[in-house]
Amino acid sequence: MCTMLRINRDKCGYCGTCVAVCPEDALELIDAYLSLERECIACGICARACPLGALEVVHEE
Amino acid sequence: MKSNYDILVIGGGPAGALAARTAAEAGNSVCLIEKRPAIGTPVRCAEGIGKELLKEFIKPDPRWISADIESARIIAPNGTAICLDQARAGNEVGYVLDRKVFDRELVWQAAEAGADVIVKTRATEPIMENGAVRGAKVSSAGTPAEIRAEVVIAADGTEAQFARRAGLDTTVPLREMMSCAQYVMTDIDINAGCTDFYLGNEIAPEGYLWVFPKGDRSANVGIGITGRKSHDGSRAKDYLDRFVAKNFPNGKTIEMIVGGVPVCRPLPCTVTDGLLVAGDAARVVDPITGGGIGNAMYTGRLAAQVASRCIEAGNCSKEALMAYDTEWRASKMGATIERNYKVKEYFVTLDDAKLNALADSIASISFSEFSVLALIKELIKRNPKLLLELKALRDTLS
Repeated sequence: MCTMLRINRDKCGYCGTCVAVCPEDALELIDAYLSLERECIACGICARACPLGALEVVHEE
Repeated sequence: MKSNYDILVIGGGPAGALAARTAAEAGNSVCLIEKRPAIGTPVRCAEGIGKELLKEFIKPDPRWISADIESARIIAPNGTAICLDQARAGNEVGYVLDRKVFDRELVWQAAEAGADVIVKTRATEPIMENGAVRGAKVSSAGTPAEIRAEVVIAADGTEAQFARRAGLDTTVPLREMMSCAQYVMTDIDINAGCTDFYLGNEIAPEGYLWVFPKGDRSANVGIGITGRKSHDGSRAKDYLDRFVAKNFPNGKTIEMIVGGVPVCRPLPCTVTDGLLVAGDAARVVDPITGGGIGNAMYTGRLAAQVASRCIEAGNCSKEALMAYDTEWRASKMGATIERNYKVKEYFVTLDDAKLNALADSIASISFSEFSVLALIKELIKRNPKLLLELKALRDTLS
């Protein structure tokens, strides 16, 4: 099973709140594109902070 | 693109613009880079600022002032309103700005002073030499380049990744990140001269909801809640939608804005060798109001003043640049942030019954001064037991 961060690009407001709370510096906001640039530890902090609910930690088989 | 400057400024908001303007006026070669393709957009702000603070940096101009604010109301969960009125208070209240135009004006002034401005150019990482920041690797509209500088001023806002990559921990704890959503609404019934702040755990847990006028029948209607109160179904946007459905059911939303406001303490240290950090990136936001524009301009200007002196003296080490960190901490801004941080830490613990009781105790008062401090002093006068609960504040209020 693998755990990963899913970005809902229709919901995302591209504001960068998630970037500032990420303890791993894994997220990067590149203009109007949120990118997972480095290894994500799937802690879910970014998903909590998001004002719109655009981020989700998902578990896939 | 030139590849060598005295000072490189990262970020084209109020902190970066004041840094670039100040640095260029002091005779330095300056480059300001902004990762977005435009200065001023997208807005990530409720746009309120005190008049006196604003005037320290720029002459007010109707081109970028949306509303002149003469009064404010703080509305408790039970509806009790505390009113602060310019006519009764000795000092002026504030403006609601049009940041799209305001930010452009500030950057225009930096350019006019001689700074180069380059948009759609993102700093990907610092250039490090012997542990010192010596510029930035950038991606300019997709083309990699290097910009070297004696000093870098990081004014890259809430995300604050440049300082982090230079070794300063800028991560904001979840409980101290305000998760915010705002609608620019029109065709709504409001008092165009009055800002409203709604408190309460049902309305805006551990934060507040604001209505900041943008004109006769339009306003920024927004909310900030702490990250720890943010869950599926109860996120900033959910609370905002509920408030709008109840209070402005016929209003039209012409813009949706989201963003994060850090209300933690400022970074423990805002300099390192070759680098100064200013504005939201330094976490110098007022922890009670969430206001950051004035503090950004102050720290941006101060960072450039100190950087200029250090370049002239040929020493841009952390020790030399520390003059910046020391000065802002000792300033009125530094003292206010520290005091308001303690006030915030107390207020987030209050339930609605307590908020109502406090609001009721001061609802009939005519305030002689328009400030958080004046409010706190009056609250303590009417509720002496508060001083016991607010032990940490005693020294700062005397």
